Amino acid sequence: MRPADRPRHAPGATSAAVLVLAALAGGAGLARAQSPDLRRSGFDLMSPALQAMQRDEAQNPAQLWVQEGRALWMRPAAQGRACVECHPAGSERGMAARYPAFDASIGRPVTLAGRIDQCRQRHQSQPPQAADGAELLALAAYLAQASKGLPWSPGADPQLQPWRMQGQALWRQRMGQLNLSCAQCHDQQAGRKLGGAVIPQAHPTGYPIYRLEWQGLGSLERRLRGCVTGVRAEPFAPGADEWLALQAYLATRAAGMLLEGPAVRP
Amino acid sequence: MARTLIHVPAAPRRGVPFEVRATIAHPMETGYRTDDSGRAVPRDILTHFECRLDGRRVFAAELHPAVAAHPMVAFFLRAEVGGTLSFTWEGDHGFRQTETVPLTLSP
Repeated sequence: MRPADRPRHAPGATSAAVLVLAALAGGAGLARAQSPDLRRSGFDLMSPALQAMQRDEAQNPAQLWVQEGRALWMRPAAQGRACVECHPAGSERGMAARYPAFDASIGRPVTLAGRIDQCRQRHQSQPPQAADGAELLALAAYLAQASKGLPWSPGADPQLQPWRMQGQALWRQRMGQLNLSCAQCHDQQAGRKLGGAVIPQAHPTGYPIYRLEWQGLGSLERRLRGCVTGVRAEPFAPGADEWLALQAYLATRAAGMLLEGPAVRP
Repeated sequence: MARTLIHVPAAPRRGVPFEVRATIAHPMETGYRTDDSGRAVPRDILTHFECRLDGRRVFAAELHPAVAAHPMVAFFLRAEVGGTLSFTWEGDHGFRQTETVPLTLSP
């Protein structure tokens, strides 16, 4: 590593040093101080204009989907019950913060979109939809909006653990013609540049996101697929277990961070 | 019907400029792109937007292929009387949609 590159890692080291000094100065009372949380949302890396676009609901184009999701949530189903008949108004808050969770009835983890899809199949006799299906995206955006600002607390079921381990292994596994792992960019080089863009730490706290590159709203699975094809690997099949495992791992990695509601990304 | 988001302040003051924002869900397909098999994707854009207050045109804009999907148009109005604001988008393939929002002024 060139010496000029070193200062990029300095902020963490500096704040750690400050903490040590504070602990020395304050004595035992400050000894409980925890190490600072260095996790950052990709929001912090965006330009002020894009941050304003996400914050301001009159500007955030994801609100188009939120609005549709709210209508779908309230709308009486052609067959079965409307979402709101089982989940009364107000119960939406916090729903999005609990996923991925383990579903004992199918013996697998489910994501928020997966759970919505299950509900639609079971209680509304709707055909299954992929994570980027129009209705799933709209409902997921509506629920993400309802949980905005809450800390992410994915399911605590120990049966999630093997999936998280598999996700972590995939995260660290080199793949594709570029022979890169997720961790090499998003753990080791986060904050540095890839081409013109700053590499984020990859905490998926704002999904589904409105991505300017997509000119539309998209799921985390779609974003992961973008990275996998970006390193020139063959993406896993749509809805494959690998995507689920990666999402389970990323949720653990970002646990406790605040959900952003449907976010905007470049 | 395309989804729209229209933001008008609840009670702007008479004679004082206020901001209006109107967004519509629309792909704004430029006509310059090709699909995965190399065929040209036909152009499908909005070409005209206008805002009327009780039938009188108060703002209008022409839109072109370089405008991004889901265009948001923001502009300022100053009104002496309240009424009904109507927003109309027109585009390719005979697209036309109008939404209305009541405008109530505070003195």
